[in-house]
Amino acid sequence: MTMNSTAIATDAVIEQDIVSSNSVYKTNQLNLWYGANHALKNIDLDIKENEVTAIIGPSGCGKSTYIKTLNRMVELVPSVKTSGEILYRGRNIFDKSYGVEELRTRVGMVFQKPNPFPKSIYDNVAYGPRIHGIKNKKILDEIVEKSLRGAAIWDEVKDRLTENAYSISGGQQQRICIARALAIEPDVILMDEPTSALDPISTLKIEELVQELKKDYSIIIVTHNMQQAARISDKTAFFLNGEVVEYDTTDTIFSNPSDKRTEDYISGRFG
Amino acid sequence: MRYIEQQQVVKRMNGRKIINSIFKGIFMLATLLALLALVILLYRIITQGAGHLSLDFLTNFASRFPEQAGIKAALVGSLWLMAVVAPTALILGVGSAIYLEEYAKRNRVTDFIRVNISNLAGVPSVVFGLLGLTIFVRALALGTSVLAAGFTMSLLILPVIIVASQEAIRSVPGELRDASLGMGATKWQTIVKIILPAAIPGILTGSILALSRAIGETAPLIVVGIPVIIQFLPSGVMDTFTALPMQIYDWSSRPQQEFQVVAAAGIIVLMAFLLFMNSIAVIIRNKFNKRY
Ligand SMILES: Nc1ncnc2c1ncn2[C@@H]1O[C@H](COP(=O)(O)OP(=O)(O)O)[C@@H](O)[C@H]1O
Ligand SMILES: [Mg+2]
Repeated sequence: MTMNSTAIATDAVIEQDIVSSNSVYKTNQLNLWYGANHALKNIDLDIKENEVTAIIGPSGCGKSTYIKTLNRMVELVPSVKTSGEILYRGRNIFDKSYGVEELRTRVGMVFQKPNPFPKSIYDNVAYGPRIHGIKNKKILDEIVEKSLRGAAIWDEVKDRLTENAYSISGGQQQRICIARALAIEPDVILMDEPTSALDPISTLKIEELVQELKKDYSIIIVTHNMQQAARISDKTAFFLNGEVVEYDTTDTIFSNPSDKRTEDYISGRFG
Repeated sequence: MRYIEQQQVVKRMNGRKIINSIFKGIFMLATLLALLALVILLYRIITQGAGHLSLDFLTNFASRFPEQAGIKAALVGSLWLMAVVAPTALILGVGSAIYLEEYAKRNRVTDFIRVNISNLAGVPSVVFGLLGLTIFVRALALGTSVLAAGFTMSLLILPVIIVASQEAIRSVPGELRDASLGMGATKWQTIVKIILPAAIPGILTGSILALSRAIGETAPLIVVGIPVIIQFLPSGVMDTFTALPMQIYDWSSRPQQEFQVVAAAGIIVLMAFLLFMNSIAVIIRNKFNKRY
């Protein structure tokens, strides 16, 4: 994929958003097993573009499993079996003909623990464009700057781009990882508890960043911090024991949940 | 009530400190003994052989007369041998390790292969010599050439390289793999750009140790039938040759006392050769050593 066509695709997405809000992901009757462990049960979820969708629920309820299924990273676990379908922009990602690399090029991911490469900050951000074939130094420079700005970390690192990414703080590393994900100009960004390893100030910065990013991207974020879900998301899905108990606008989930279990969870009665 | 009485603690402290010093002494002694053995060995060899070391020694062929005996054929032969062994063993070894760690599914067959590669590392070198004799020298009719001996040595050190490389690849944090795959990189891109650079220090350490072994091994060469007295240099991989350990073995097994001196000089050359290779490994390792 060339950067040009990606840029056009992103523009088109923004235009569509003005007309109506489209689905990026439609999950239909998704089931997933780790060996005999039935980790996701009959999941139906419709995720809209240019929104922040939060996934909440107690530990072990399948949040990470679900978000990793969206870019098929879950398949790296050998024992995984799935059934059902996930439509990404209308196409079933489980189709034999669906290239997993293409999917992951459109759907970026930010992991729980910052995982920069043991390379310079610049090389980290340039990694994605490079693997997708961009060699021109000037274009790479521009992408790196744009991505670092997009991840609100440009000012902090612009003078130390050649330093190893391990020489900066955890919160900064996580924003480098976000910049790295932005550099391939994705359509969707998946974030699996991106702030759970960070201090409160870094957390705040990333939360603000998410608000900023949703103008251009659709964001799906796993969090077990309910205040965080309430603060930054438009929709919230509550997972419990591998099932979606309730999925609605964040306002409804937090002010007027229809399921007793949701109410118990958000009021801190379990989990 | 307090469970820990300060006076008791102080009383026992002395005993604990003594035990600590005793063990420290034991460990130091163990290190010193090993070091001592090494120093004695080096001292003996250097005092014995240094006198015979000269440019002539490096540029003369083997000879019946100890004062004229040189190591040229063996030194060049060992270089030729390395030129075959290093690429063959590295490509096959690292390639197998990448396949086993990154591509192969875990099932009974691949588990069986994994276990047996480790077992192969323990097979005596004579057996590999016999294998080389049967396959390369006879069946493939390569004769006692550099190629036949090189392939035999490659087989000998392959298990060690595979196991070391597997270990190095396995120690690359999984998060780096996820990060790369998560951006739409293919497995191959991930291996070349992320896994191998991170694993290279470990791969090299194991590989250089294995290559050093290949330089020093004598038994497989004897079994394969590599000659000792050679008055010419190989001009290609199909030519016959001799190698440093063969030459040293031959000299040291001669009855004349003078040849013991020649053997010692040969050992010095062999050790310098090994030292040189190890320093290359250290340099490359430092260059690639990055934090993660
Ligand atoms: N790699 C794995 N292999 C086997 N079981 C797993 C694996 N990862 C997660 N699970 C199981 O799947 C269930 C959901 O886990 P996960 O998606 O990590 O939960 P969450 O992210 O909500 O805490 C748990 O029962 C967990 O034990
Ligand atoms: Mg999780």
